[in-house]
Amino acid sequence: MRIRTYEATIQQHYHADKKPAWDIGAGLIPGEMHLAAGQEPVAVGLCANLRDDDAITAPHRPHHLALAKGVDMQAMTAEIYGRTTGLGKGRGGHMHLFDPSQHFSCSGIIAEGMPVAVGQAMAFRHKGLDSVAVGVAGEGAANQGAFYEAMNLASIWSLPVVFIVEDNDWAISVPRDSATPVKDGSVRASAFGMPGERVEGNDVERIYEACKRAVERARGGGGPTLLEVHTVRLWGHFEGDAQAYRGEELAEKQQQDPIALYEARLRADGLLDDAAVAEIAATAQAEVDAAIAFALASPEPSPADLLQYVYA
Amino acid sequence: MTATVETATGQRRLTTAKAISEGIAQEMRVNPDVFVMGEDVGPYGGIFGSTGGLIDEFGPKRIIDTPISETGFIGAGIGAATEGMRPIVELMFVDFFGVAMDQIYNHMAKIHFESGGNVKVPMVLMTAVGGGYSDAAQHSQCLWATFAHMPGLKVVAPSNPHDAKGLMIAAIRDDNPVLFMFHKGVMGLPWMAKNPRSIGPVPEEAYEVPIGKAAVPHPGTDVTVVSVSMSVQHCLDVAESLEGKVSVEVLDLRTIAPLDREAILASVSKTGRLVIVDEDYRSFGLSGEVVATITDHDPRLLKVPVQRVAYPDVPVPYARGLEYAALPTRDKIEAAIMQAMKG
Ligand SMILES: Cc1ncc(C[n+]2csc(CCOP(=O)(O)OP(=O)(O)O)c2C)c(N)n1
Repeated sequence: MRIRTYEATIQQHYHADKKPAWDIGAGLIPGEMHLAAGQEPVAVGLCANLRDDDAITAPHRPHHLALAKGVDMQAMTAEIYGRTTGLGKGRGGHMHLFDPSQHFSCSGIIAEGMPVAVGQAMAFRHKGLDSVAVGVAGEGAANQGAFYEAMNLASIWSLPVVFIVEDNDWAISVPRDSATPVKDGSVRASAFGMPGERVEGNDVERIYEACKRAVERARGGGGPTLLEVHTVRLWGHFEGDAQAYRGEELAEKQQQDPIALYEARLRADGLLDDAAVAEIAATAQAEVDAAIAFALASPEPSPADLLQYVYA
Repeated sequence: MTATVETATGQRRLTTAKAISEGIAQEMRVNPDVFVMGEDVGPYGGIFGSTGGLIDEFGPKRIIDTPISETGFIGAGIGAATEGMRPIVELMFVDFFGVAMDQIYNHMAKIHFESGGNVKVPMVLMTAVGGGYSDAAQHSQCLWATFAHMPGLKVVAPSNPHDAKGLMIAAIRDDNPVLFMFHKGVMGLPWMAKNPRSIGPVPEEAYEVPIGKAAVPHPGTDVTVVSVSMSVQHCLDVAESLEGKVSVEVLDLRTIAPLDREAILASVSKTGRLVIVDEDYRSFGLSGEVVATITDHDPRLLKVPVQRVAYPDVPVPYARGLEYAALPTRDKIEAAIMQAMKG
C-alpha cells in the first residue's frame, strides 16, 4: 500500500508538468520513469526476510524494492527530483539509487546487478558475516549472459546469494514467451546445480515463504537459490508508454491488482475493515507527500559543482 | 568534401526517424539479404522510431524482435553478415555497448583484417546516442570516439533527416561494419523537445550520402566550427544568429571514422580559427583528433588557440541544471566563437 501510494503519487507528479506537449525532459521529474505497480508483492515478500545488513541489487524498476528494503523515502525522493539531499546528490536519478546503509543499489543496464550481488556475497563471507546478497532482475533480463555467469560463480563458490526473477510477462513490448523458451524459468537453476522455484499467483504470502526458504538457505551456508516470481506489470514499461502492443491483456491484468486482491482477502478473513484501510491509506499518503515536500524544499545542485565525485 | 549542403530535390518533409526507416525499407525491397534485428524493433517500431512501420511491410521474419541478449544477437548479426546477409542490428542505447563489446571490438571490427580480406562483415549496428532529457549516466552518452578508436569500424552520426536516410543506405550497401549513431534529439520524436531542424526535406528515391565526407551546411570565412550530430543543429542556430557580425563556417562531419580530414584542413586554411563542438567526452576523443589533424599538417594554419566545446570529463549527471552545465549549448558555442574571434 505504501509502495503503491508512492508510485501513484510519483506518476501524478511526473506527468503534471509535462503538458500540453508531453516532453520527457520537462518538469520537476524529468527523464525515464519505470514504475512498479503490480510488483509490490515481490518486494514485500522478499524484504520481510531481509535485514539492514543484507544487500539488494535492483534493476531499472527499483522503487518497490528500495522502499521495502528500508531505503529512506525522503532521500530517495530527493534523488528522483535531482536535489542535493538525494541519495546521489542529484547525480544518479531514478535508475541509479545507492544507499550504502541498506546495501541497496540499482542499475539501468539489464542484468548487470547479478554479478555485483555475487561480489557482495564474497565480501560478506570474507568478513565472516552471515549477510545475504539478493540480485533482482526481470524475466527479460534473465536472457542476458551476465545472469548465467553470475549464477555459475555463486554456485561453484557456494555463496549466500538469492537470484530473483520478476516475471511480469513483458520486456517493454516483447512478450515473455517469445523471448524465453521454457514456461518455468526456474528450471534453469538445475544447470548450475542450485535449487530453483517458480512462484505463481503474485501472492505476497507465497512469495514470502519461498524467499524465506532461499534466504535461510543462503544465510545458513547452503548456497544460492533461483526464484522466479510470476507478477504483473499494471502500467506501461515507462511512463508515456502507450502499450498498444498489449491489446486486451492490459485490461485483464487490471483485474489482477495484487493490492486490491489482498485487501479483499484480508477483509474476508476479518483482518481489515474500512477504518483500517482508510488509516493505512492516509498514513501512506502523508508519508509520500512529506517526502515530496522534502524534495521540493531541497536545493538543486550548483552547476559549479559539475566535476565533483568523478574520483574518490 | 561536399561544398555545401546537398540540394534536396523533394519538398516532402520527414522526421529523421521516418527518414531512417524509409531508407531501410527501400533497401529491404531491393535486397532480400537485408534484415533488421534488435529489441522492440517489431510492433513497437524501435524505442526511438528508427524501425517504425517496417514490421507491417516485411513481417517478423525480416524484422526480428530479440530477447535482451546483446552479445547473442550482435554476434549473430556478425555471423549472418559473414555468410552474405546484410543485417541491421539495433543496440537500443549505445550505453549498452558494454555487454557486447567483445563482439563489436574483437569480432565485428577485426574479422576482415584477420582473414586477410577474405571475409567481409557488411553489417550496420544502429544505436541511439545523446542526452539532454535527464536520462542520466547510463542512457545519455555519445561514445562515438570509443568506436572510432577501433580500426575496422566505420562510424556515422547524421544531424538531419536528409543525411540520415542517405547515410543509412550507404551503410547498408557498405561492405564494412558501420556504426550508425542517431542522436535521440535529431529524430523528431513527438515526446521530446526538438529543434525544427529534426524535420526536413527528404528525397523520395533511394540515395547515398557518402561515408567519410563532411558537409558545409553554413559556409563562412571568419571561423570554422567543426561538429557532428545533434550539436550541428545548435551550431547552425548560432551561425545564423551571428550573421552580419561573424561569418561562421559550420562543418558537419557526418562521419567520424574515417574522418574527412581534407574538409577540416580546407576550411581552417581559409579561416585560421577553429571551434570544435562535440557532445562526446572531451579527453582522448574526437575534439582532440580534429586538433591533431591540423597540427600534424601545419600548426601555423591556426591564427588563435583552438576552442573546444566538448563534454567535460564527468559521467552524465541526472539533475537538469548539472546536465546542461555539461552539454554543448548554444550559449557556450557562441562564447567560444567570440573568444576565437578575439585573437
Ligand atoms: C543491457 C541492456 N539492454 C537493453 C536495455 C533496455 N531495456 C531497459 S528495460 C528493458 C526491458 C526489461 O524487461 P524485464 O527484464 O523483463 O524487466 P521489466 O521492465 O519487465 O521490469 C530493456 C530492453 C537495458 N537497459 N540494458
